[in-house]
Amino acid sequence: MRPFALIRPESLTQARDLVVAKPEGRSFRAGGIDLMDRMKEGLDDPELLVELRGVGELAGVTESAGFSPATADGSVPENLPSGALWRVGAATTLAEIAANEALLDGAAALVEAASQAATPGIRNTATVGGNLLQRPRCWYYRNRELVCLKKGGDMCLAIAGDNRYHAILGGGPSFIVHPSSLATALVALGATVGTFRGASAEDAITPGRVLPIEELFAGPKTDPTREHVLEDGEVLEAVLVPKAGAEMRSAYGAVREKQSHDWPLVEAAVRMRVDAGVMKDVRVALGHVAPVPWLSPEAAEVLEGQAPDAELFARAAEAAVAKARPLDGNGYKVPMSKGLLREVLHRASGLALPE
Amino acid sequence: MAESLLSLRINGEAVSTAAPSHWTLLEVLRYRLDLIGSKQGCDKGDCGACTVQINGEPVLACLTLAATAQRGEVRTVEGLSWAPEASQGCHPLQDAFDRWDAAQCGFCTPGILMAAEALLRKRAAVVTRDEVREALAGNLCRCTGYTKIIDAVVDASEVVFGQRGDESTDDSAQQTGS
Repeated sequence: MRPFALIRPESLTQARDLVVAKPEGRSFRAGGIDLMDRMKEGLDDPELLVELRGVGELAGVTESAGFSPATADGSVPENLPSGALWRVGAATTLAEIAANEALLDGAAALVEAASQAATPGIRNTATVGGNLLQRPRCWYYRNRELVCLKKGGDMCLAIAGDNRYHAILGGGPSFIVHPSSLATALVALGATVGTFRGASAEDAITPGRVLPIEELFAGPKTDPTREHVLEDGEVLEAVLVPKAGAEMRSAYGAVREKQSHDWPLVEAAVRMRVDAGVMKDVRVALGHVAPVPWLSPEAAEVLEGQAPDAELFARAAEAAVAKARPLDGNGYKVPMSKGLLREVLHRASGLALPE
Repeated sequence: MAESLLSLRINGEAVSTAAPSHWTLLEVLRYRLDLIGSKQGCDKGDCGACTVQINGEPVLACLTLAATAQRGEVRTVEGLSWAPEASQGCHPLQDAFDRWDAAQCGFCTPGILMAAEALLRKRAAVVTRDEVREALAGNLCRCTGYTKIIDAVVDASEVVFGQRGDESTDDSAQQTGS
């Protein structure tokens, strides 16, 4: 690992300015789990780490009637969600989320995802922002000796290589799977994210943004070298989860080769409201199947307005993977995704699993 | 290489040392402060051998920058101690690991002790095997197969939190000198 300096800015504005001044050599840092890993592997060698913990309002989970990201001119950003929200600061640790029982009201899938990720020691350090913005875990990307598409090479090495952990949906030209488990849950929960791009009229370049969380992520067709749309110096400030009330249910599940400290093979998360016997406001997401957290409107459409039913869940699961195009080594993810999604739908809706 | 002055609190004492500004807490513990109980295994967060506690929570010293640890209270395996007059300074966990043969090569043991101590302190009750498995999910052991480690942690919790304190005293006496 190359030597670097660490600086603790006093404000988000200062943090932003430090990175904007030299984005190629400076990096934001919070928990540092993925960043340290990449630096030790030699994939990244920033000269200056800009510590985000301790500045702004990045830490902790709060209940909010609404959210006002800092804007230069006081204008209200687009996409501002209405109604009561959970505001999860980007520097909140996974352990804090896993231990937050209040979040079970409206964000149960997020609590489940956070409590299963990585290991207890990592969850005590890793943050929400870092989890969402971590780089892919593809073994070709993570190997410093290999120049893959993600690192400016000509092609994705998974195509002709060992692609057992790669994408079955939305792949090409890169076939990574997005590594964030929290993202899978948050996409199902209909979360939005608030970003910081300047605090006051004098030093703001542009106001912050509020994005539906699926718009935070960008697939490889946009730019295969990155997975999100944040600009240099733009700080992911908070995740906003609708506090939908007791009738809204959600669930998350993952299949792993090992029970702990392993990346999921596939994940599924769903959100729904069961109203007068039928499912409403259904959202379905799959994880570790595509280069982005995969929202499945096709599955949601099968379920919306219908009564929970095992056969219906099986049809929704078929719809979720209807467009799957497996590579040589990852065809198992198709039936695995279907089985897991059915299980999660049973759990979320309260319908007992068939024997 | 530019060194900077670090002011840490480790095992209840204030410690100052100069170290390269990009060093991890694990590097500073081992190569500046001679606290070599915390082990450098994978050095990338996979094995848990470097587990220490910061403000009572188990974290991985290999992924923690020493500079950022200055704000917290660091506790390493060297800081584990317990009513010295009764047990030669051994923590009940260490005593239980001894009685259960829960360490073979011992490389993973310091990290496991720090993760297990946090579990016992936070639960403050006799723990279940599943709770131990969950708390130690980030600690790899390539020798023991984990069974005796789990036995030892459950046993230690029983010693500390009641159910069979008398019995375990007998156990200790019987095994003295073995």
